[in-house]
Amino acid sequence: MNNTVIKVLRKPITSAIIAILIGFLVAAIVLASAGYDPGASFAALFSGMVGRPRYIVNVIIKATPLLFCGIAVAFAFKVGLFNIGAEGQYILGTVAATIVGIACDLPAVLEIPLVVLSGTIAGALSGALIGWLKAKFGIHEVITSIMFNWISLYLCNYVVSLDVFHQPNTTGTYAVHDTAFTMILPNWKLSDEGQAALANVPVLRDVLVRCDVNVGIIVAVVAAVFIGWLLKRTKMGYEMRAVGLNKDAARFAGINVEKNIVLCMVISGALCGIAGALNITGISPHGISTLAAFENNGFNGLSVAFIAGCSPVACIPASLLFAGLIYGGQTVQQTMGAPSEIISIMIGTIVFCMALGGVIPMLAEHIQRSRAERAEQARKLAAEAGATPVAAAGESGSQKDEDAAEPKAPAEASPKAAEPTDSSEKKGADGDAR
Amino acid sequence: MLDNLVLVLSITLMYSTPLVFGALGGVISERSGVTNIGIEGMMNVGAFAGVAGSYVSGNPWIGLLCAGLAGGLVALLHAVASVTFNADQTISGVAINLLAPGIALFACRRMFDGAAMSSVVNTLPKLVDTSGFGDSPLASLNLDVTVLLGLIAAVVMWFVLYRTKWGLRIRSVGEHPEASETLGINVYRTRYICVILSGVLAGFGGASMTLAIISQYTQTAISGQGFIALAAVIFGKWTPHGAYLACLLFGFTQALTVMLGGGSVVPTQILAMLPYVMTVLVLVFFVGRSVAPKADGVPYIKGSR
Repeated sequence: MNNTVIKVLRKPITSAIIAILIGFLVAAIVLASAGYDPGASFAALFSGMVGRPRYIVNVIIKATPLLFCGIAVAFAFKVGLFNIGAEGQYILGTVAATIVGIACDLPAVLEIPLVVLSGTIAGALSGALIGWLKAKFGIHEVITSIMFNWISLYLCNYVVSLDVFHQPNTTGTYAVHDTAFTMILPNWKLSDEGQAALANVPVLRDVLVRCDVNVGIIVAVVAAVFIGWLLKRTKMGYEMRAVGLNKDAARFAGINVEKNIVLCMVISGALCGIAGALNITGISPHGISTLAAFENNGFNGLSVAFIAGCSPVACIPASLLFAGLIYGGQTVQQTMGAPSEIISIMIGTIVFCMALGGVIPMLAEHIQRSRAERAEQARKLAAEAGATPVAAAGESGSQKDEDAAEPKAPAEASPKAAEPTDSSEKKGADGDAR
Repeated sequence: MLDNLVLVLSITLMYSTPLVFGALGGVISERSGVTNIGIEGMMNVGAFAGVAGSYVSGNPWIGLLCAGLAGGLVALLHAVASVTFNADQTISGVAINLLAPGIALFACRRMFDGAAMSSVVNTLPKLVDTSGFGDSPLASLNLDVTVLLGLIAAVVMWFVLYRTKWGLRIRSVGEHPEASETLGINVYRTRYICVILSGVLAGFGGASMTLAIISQYTQTAISGQGFIALAAVIFGKWTPHGAYLACLLFGFTQALTVMLGGGSVVPTQILAMLPYVMTVLVLVFFVGRSVAPKADGVPYIKGSR
């Protein structure tokens, strides 16, 4: 039974669950100290998250870009790169998808792949540039990523301001052509026939008509599994992980470090780019708007990746949790009046505890080691106790001196003193000796 | 012409000062071997605490102290994680960036009736009183006292790092903690002090935004300056003087953006990219490979090798 405790403690998911619990605990303390009822607040949080089918679907829709960006960051992190530029690559994805989606008017079979691909390529190119600058000039990817985030933001605002794209009297562009839409049954659900069919199924009606249900999440989950497979099961992934663990050793083993850095950033950027493109095709207003500040899809991807312990597949539940907390947090503010920043505090605490994640496996290690030590000591004591009467017959005094260094050893020389205090094993041994 | 130059100088120094504090914070922390992505969060908390202190006491200097204190407290969290618990410092920093602005805004809403911005508070004095200058070009000289404080902090840090035994110790801890420990330097204590100091400086940086430039705390008072400061640390090759110059360059390009105005020839949005594009170009053509302190970001575990 004790071994299962150790095994459980060693599992990465245990760290994640403990981190989430601590996150809720800290949030409860902060809420209580600010005079809000934590229980009622959490109830509001959960009802805002999963209270109605529509809420659940909205959480999934919000989770989609976070999942893509989370995978992108987690993937790069495994290769030893910190892609803080996910935000900018996401923005470029939305920009490219919008431009192509407005400029081209093709049948859906061509339009959708074209629009999504353009967003993907835009993200990938940005990633490629960051990777290339690092590989070729040794410029830290963190600086270039941060600069590219801002450059992308202003580029987005520039595109919005162009007359070709700008929709008059709004802060945004026109929507892309509707052949590019990736919602599920976008036309049928609004048609008379669809409305009539849905009238009998209120749950579906609630979900389909009032939300932009789209295929994004399916693509995202496939991407998560694929990237997980790529890292773990392919030669390419093996090389990349080697680069992430030790560049010099990887180079020595004949792995082209520079190529892998660029390739990794291309893939990471592409994932963020798809996220942007699918948000344009999948969610209204199907275009970009002027950004006064970052929308944080990419930055939140960092948190998702770290809650997931940088495992691409674990990003799936992590992104759902993250999106759920953010979406449900609005309800907390509406019903309880508690600032929704409580969610940032909660998520920050969770990520912080994940950073401390090494502590729990360390704890398992510690328990195991101290148990092994105790067992070893007991064994030693038992053996010594067994040997004492024979060996110590004439020279008990000298043995006392010898063993004095060990704290429990002196007691051995005088079994009387040891008897009441020590373990049953030893008692048995003493009994045998006598 | 001359008054334009004075104006450029003023704007340059105004933009660069919060960055200078943040970047110096980054330098001291990373020199001791602890990566600090959390500068942004620490600046944000400092920005709020500065305003809160000034609001409550009516004295902006007390506000500044509060800012340093709050930044230091947040940094203590980072230190506990990254020094004592050998946490991944990047992840811990990202957590700080979520946690700290959350706390600041939560506190702001509690303090100012649910508003995401504070009241306007008393600010720190100007360095030069320009009211008597009349029409002279110097009348557009607008220098906050924080500009001077930032310069002093940079000089002091340079002196401490390169001219004193403490500085040598800090640098050695960042390069080779094992060797430092064998010489009797307490690696853990050194890193704790440096990380906390880093938070104090970042807190000052946040306050130099809210207590000198905009005179109130808003949700967007600190939006990205911490990351730019981080870039300045790397740009300046992890030295106080390098980071200071990097911040000045960044402030200067911002000033150029303001002065050129945009619209007529170059669209505003494209002009706004200038500081960021310029930073990348300068890095590619003039600075090149930057090498971090050897033990930067690597947890030190006593007795391991």
